[in-house]
Amino acid sequence: MSPRLWPLAATLSIFLIAYAVCVWQFPNMWSTRVLGNFLTDNAFLGIVAVGMTFVILSGGIDLSVGSVIAFTGVLLAILITRYNVHPLIAFTLALALAAAFGALMGAMIHYMNVPSFIVTLAGMFLARGAASVLTRDSIPINHEFYSTVTSLSYRLPGGGRLSVIGLIMVAVFVVGTILAHRTRFGSYVFALGGNATSANLLGVPAARTTILIYALSSFLAGLSGIVFSLYTSAGYPLAAVGVELDTIAAVVIGGTLLSGGSGFIIGTFVGVMIQGLIQTYIVFDGTLSSWWTKIVIGGLLFVFIVLQRLLVYASKRRWRKTPAIQIGNMPEVA
Amino acid sequence: MKWIKPQYIAFLIVLLLNFALFRGFFTISIQDGRLFGSLIDVFNRGAPVAILAVGMTAVIATKGVDLSVGAVMAVAGAVAASLIQSGQPLGIVILAALGIGLLCGLWNGFLVAVLDLQPIIATLILMVAGRGIAQLMTEGRIVTFNDPGLIYIGSGALLTIPMPVVIAGVLMVVATLIMRRTALGLFIESIGVNRSASTYAGLRSKTLLIGVYAFCGLCASIAGLIAAADIRGADANNAGLWLELDAILAVVIGGTSLLGGRFSIPLSVLGALIIQGMNTGILLSGFPSEFNLIVKAFVVIVILMVQSPIVGNILTFMRPTPAPTAVPAPGEKTS
Repeated sequence: MSPRLWPLAATLSIFLIAYAVCVWQFPNMWSTRVLGNFLTDNAFLGIVAVGMTFVILSGGIDLSVGSVIAFTGVLLAILITRYNVHPLIAFTLALALAAAFGALMGAMIHYMNVPSFIVTLAGMFLARGAASVLTRDSIPINHEFYSTVTSLSYRLPGGGRLSVIGLIMVAVFVVGTILAHRTRFGSYVFALGGNATSANLLGVPAARTTILIYALSSFLAGLSGIVFSLYTSAGYPLAAVGVELDTIAAVVIGGTLLSGGSGFIIGTFVGVMIQGLIQTYIVFDGTLSSWWTKIVIGGLLFVFIVLQRLLVYASKRRWRKTPAIQIGNMPEVA
Repeated sequence: MKWIKPQYIAFLIVLLLNFALFRGFFTISIQDGRLFGSLIDVFNRGAPVAILAVGMTAVIATKGVDLSVGAVMAVAGAVAASLIQSGQPLGIVILAALGIGLLCGLWNGFLVAVLDLQPIIATLILMVAGRGIAQLMTEGRIVTFNDPGLIYIGSGALLTIPMPVVIAGVLMVVATLIMRRTALGLFIESIGVNRSASTYAGLRSKTLLIGVYAFCGLCASIAGLIAAADIRGADANNAGLWLELDAILAVVIGGTSLLGGRFSIPLSVLGALIIQGMNTGILLSGFPSEFNLIVKAFVVIVILMVQSPIVGNILTFMRPTPAPTAVPAPGEKTS
């Protein structure tokens, strides 16, 4: 097996083993009901994690996504509840705004040549602040469109429900996988993350790609905000605090190399599901507090990051042994 | 005029804006044996971020970043509160809290220096898990305490100066002296510029890096002690929340390069005071406190603009071409 597949295989086996242990302890977890809720409850995290995977694949990081989710939710609530705008029009507006915001951050990162984390940190402050200036309270959304969408679902055998937002997440993952692994844009992203200098020399349009990557990430954060507002039927400026960290954790646990250039969108899906599994386990157990989620995720992060180091080390040794031209991913040691 | 830094002017402008909003801003009185007034409040409230900024400056100078300081604050506060509640003497409590911070820093340093992880990721682990660990210690409650000695750290005063300000001041002076009166500061800058070259030049980069992160953890635990003593309790959820970002911002305002190799501890502390001055100003002007975030975002953007190579190029381009004789002497700064 190619070393590139190790993290993905590790993630998948950890998920399967953990799920098996959970089912062994609580047989009720083996049901389509739980699986359906996995998708619904983690839909917003999954959608935003796809965008974050692209950003991390390109060697960057996007800290603004949680704030963009909150801002989108507040914007939707204000447009729909206060100004009686139809939700679909409000969705379009919010998505356009989010994409433009991301494009602006991407442009700053590329043209001003500053680390992505500081630009997106400013973006995080800006979006969260803008949301808080629009309102400080939670605004409920009572539109019939919302109740229709949330009541729609596909019944699985065994009582599980595939909700609309769960399906949106699955669709985003499918489109993201195609975009990353089957299009020219996707290969540009991998090239930039593998080695920005070589990518430039090979004629990868760095400016356009960087701007598109961050626009995509913010667009998906906006979509995630829409899903979150459908999920909670409200807009609240302090919603989704810390989601950026959960997202980064999901991407890393999913086997994407943090130095960029190597990873799989589908791995992120498994990473999101592992986080969902931990939360579901805590709910089933009933005695554990929710902060165990954080400790377990921190531990998993550590394990996977060390695994990544071993992977880089192994691929370096292979590279030394075969000095011929090798089309692999040689992540730079920062 | 070389010693007039833009940060001094910025701080002065922030203070004057505060004065314009609130006439009594510069009024200082002595109440209950300690200085009292809005200006003192800026220093007092800014002290925890200033302490974080001291440690963060050293880390950023090595081209790193420490995202875990807020979580380490929460852990240190939780340790202090639980130990003092179980009746341990004050000295042991403080030592234990500082020790746990040092340990957290050593862990970060180990990940960065020995396992060669990117700093932002290595410290992310503790940032995510640290708060969980703090919750584990406090069992999800806010542990309150009434020990006068521990409270003194947060709200006491030494020679009428509030204790947090004294601690931050002493830390700043000691750290600056150690960095600048020995070669340590130079070593740290050299690691930030090029770590492998420094290693080949004979620097013990690994030991130094671990030391720098340990120092940052120590600073975070001091800030955590102050934060806990200030509210007389350890709140694992909210202690130090988002302060890592404020600390990074303070360091950036202080002119330390995020790409490593150039740092100034006093200017970072001034950066923390500028941030606190802006906080106070926004509160005084009656805007919602969340308005702060927008102001901070614009401050970051402006600083990035000023530091970016493009703007530098434009400025160089607009500068009148010097006469052929006016060749700058070698070593003279042209920027």
